[in-house]
Amino acid sequence: MPFKLRLSRRELVCQQAVELVTDYLEGALSRSDRRRFEAHLAGCPHCTEYLAQMRATIELTGSLSADDLPETVQDEFIDLYRRWQAGGDGRDDRDAGEEPPGAGLR
Amino acid sequence: MDRDEDAELLARLRAGDEQAFVILVRRHHAAMLRLARGYVPSMAVAEEVVQDTWLGVVRGIGGFEGRSSVRTWLLRILVNRARTAGTRERRSVAIGDPEPAVDGSRFDGTGHWAEPPERWIEEAEGRVDAAKMAGRLRSAVEDLPGRQREVVTLRDIEGLTSEEVCSVLDISEVNQRVLLHRGRSRLRQALETEFGRP
Repeated sequence: MPFKLRLSRRELVCQQAVELVTDYLEGALSRSDRRRFEAHLAGCPHCTEYLAQMRATIELTGSLSADDLPETVQDEFIDLYRRWQAGGDGRDDRDAGEEPPGAGLR
Repeated sequence: MDRDEDAELLARLRAGDEQAFVILVRRHHAAMLRLARGYVPSMAVAEEVVQDTWLGVVRGIGGFEGRSSVRTWLLRILVNRARTAGTRERRSVAIGDPEPAVDGSRFDGTGHWAEPPERWIEEAEGRVDAAKMAGRLRSAVEDLPGRQREVVTLRDIEGLTSEEVCSVLDISEVNQRVLLHRGRSRLRQALETEFGRP
């Protein structure tokens, strides 16, 4: 792999540092690699900006979540549940096939 | 987080408690829908897959053995079903294929930045319309190769732990991190391309 990092080198270069960002944020770097990464950041404003951008990316992606389920959908599920309890599968266009316990768990 | 509470809800569901079902649906349905959407060609099919999953849960409720969280268990069932139903092109990049976080042309011969990251954080977080930013980012997530999208969606949108993601998708910790790294790197690049100022 061309991007394999040779961390035996004393100092990281930027192209190596950007590949370590996720491992750094995940706490997956060894103590010595972490030190080397942080030492690089201390002297490199571009990689410091890059790390800040990765953090901002994660934060912005996190803000995409959590649309509440509309009441209408909840009501539909109450209907479905009652039909399922009654033994149907809740749809008209299919045979009400029996679902073995744990189906889908492979 | 809601682990014990979920397990209690499942116990109530086993006893036929309709309200417990409604709470579980409210809590997990949106995440299941987003995840399913990544596997199938339309929202309608995704809804069907999620509904099938809930039916399986109601019918096969004895299958939960408490070894994982309820959420992990639900999402595993969902992924199995969605993969079966999925006809969408996976666009998966094999994990062994190299994929740099930043295009190599932006570094000089010694591996230092030749074309440093353009600044965009303030723009994306403040100045630009939040809906526009979210729209751009959503479509960037959509455009990720299949497995990167799964991991980024579960980790960064749904907030699962890395252990939970590994369990839901049946992948190793190392692969989970590689996929997360590649996916997040692509999203960062998309934001830079959209909002960056040299």
